[in-house]
Amino acid sequence: MRFIAIVKADERSEAGEMPTEQELAEMGAFNEELVKAGVMLAGEGLHPSSRGARVVHSATKTTVIDGPFAETKELIAGFWILQAKSYEEALEWMKRAPRPASGEFVIELRPVFEAEDFGEAFTPELQEQEARIRAQAEQNA
Amino acid sequence: MSQPEPPRATHGAIEAVWRIEAARLIAGLGRLVHDIGQAEELAQDALVAALEQWPAGGVPENPGAWLMAVAKRRAIDQIRRRERFERKQVEIGHDLETRRDPSEDDFDSVLDSAAGNISDDLLRLVFTACHPVLSTEARVALTLRVLGGLTTTEIARAFLVPESTVAQRIVRAKKALAKAGVRFEAPVGQELAERLPSVLEVVYLVFNEGYSATAGDDWMRPALCEDALRLGRILAELVPGEPEVHGLVALMEIQASRSRARTGPGGEPILLLDQDRARWDHLLIHRGRTALTRAMALCGPPERPALGPYALQAAIAACHARARTAEQTDWARIAELYGALAWVVPSPVVELNRAVAVSMASGPAAGLELVDQLASAPELASYHLLPTVRGDLLAKLGRLEEARGEFERAAALTANERERALLTRRAEECAGANAAS
Repeated sequence: MRFIAIVKADERSEAGEMPTEQELAEMGAFNEELVKAGVMLAGEGLHPSSRGARVVHSATKTTVIDGPFAETKELIAGFWILQAKSYEEALEWMKRAPRPASGEFVIELRPVFEAEDFGEAFTPELQEQEARIRAQAEQNA
Repeated sequence: MSQPEPPRATHGAIEAVWRIEAARLIAGLGRLVHDIGQAEELAQDALVAALEQWPAGGVPENPGAWLMAVAKRRAIDQIRRRERFERKQVEIGHDLETRRDPSEDDFDSVLDSAAGNISDDLLRLVFTACHPVLSTEARVALTLRVLGGLTTTEIARAFLVPESTVAQRIVRAKKALAKAGVRFEAPVGQELAERLPSVLEVVYLVFNEGYSATAGDDWMRPALCEDALRLGRILAELVPGEPEVHGLVALMEIQASRSRARTGPGGEPILLLDQDRARWDHLLIHRGRTALTRAMALCGPPERPALGPYALQAAIAACHARARTAEQTDWARIAELYGALAWVVPSPVVELNRAVAVSMASGPAAGLELVDQLASAPELASYHLLPTVRGDLLAKLGRLEEARGEFERAAALTANERERALLTRRAEECAGANAAS
């Protein structure tokens, strides 16, 4: 099973402040532990929202809103993609992330959709695809 | 106001901690007691204690240390009991080498001496669980149990065998290791390189067991792919200088990247070239290619790397992964890689694959020439893919009557119903087309 662990932004990350050497070392050790355990598939840190934008689509138009965005705590500053045997395992790993010297370090853990999560709804699409492949194969034959 | 909830730990949470801690715990204990069987039993005792105490008291702040402390106390109790027993034996006239009563401090100093060197402990665990004195089945069961943190029940469900069979395999494996006097050690240097294939074989076998599972199977079977990938990734960090470890990881990552695309809604297989490439997992492909790059960097000069069998198979898989459509596949490169693979591990099956690649690169006649050279290989005498491939090439060359014969022969050889139906249909199509012309 796959999970995304979203690191929430804070005032410092939004201000573009770089982590301290201590923080970098602790996070590096934690990442290394995740890699050595074979659970970390990917992970990145993000620039502050002032370097980004939102692309808003509505039924009639598309609007681009440049950052920064105000609601700091709702923003994200980074993520991990994890592969674990269960939700509880992914949670247990995230409980081991380094604690901050001050303030709060918030990680939001969310399961990634897997094919089987789609259940019945997945079948028509697959059937359609299957029909398409069949047609293609016959064309090639 | 509601009462503050007491800290509770669910069964799932305890299992999760176990999954994370089991290998390190058993590896650390193995170094203390020099015996993988005893180490595993001590770790299980600690798990039982956790299952008794954590549901009410919650998961401790440092669960790994908690488990180790419990297991260590049990180990000391056991050693003391044995010493008392041996002392009694002395009293009735047996020999006893003088040994000091062990204390917790002794154990702590052993553990501390290699603190931060969990990797060495894990490496010992890997090589002991995959020791060549054990049968492949025993190696698989023991590895999943001690390194993968899987329960006997989970292993049994995944391999479609009764739980008692798996339990027996593990008990026998432990006995075999004790009987052969296998010490809890990891090989070094040349010996490590020599024994590595027995470890990689176990990991790839677990992967294939999961990969061959079909849609209707219990989810435990496909989950074996993830277990194998995880074991492979752990190994790659334990022996980062061994190219074949990265080769195997690359091969598994790229194969796993296709898992969503390789079966249809009814569970029927979709062949590689017919798969919807948009459904391939590009994160896994990227990881596979990175692992392959690591393998190649360790394999001699970049212009002519001497790749091992896993890295070569990964390189072939990577060729397919690189092609955005089936038509863009670099068949010449794939044929070349199969040639290298046949040289490293001579096998008519590899040669047959090479023949297919050559036919895709240079036309059916060139492929047929290679296939015909294989016709007399005794290993392929009852292998249905030989007449299947030959029939396919003959059909492309318009030699339909011969092609029909090959498809009929292949249909008679295959054990798979769905495949037989397909081959029979192809034979009929050849006959029909021949009659029409």
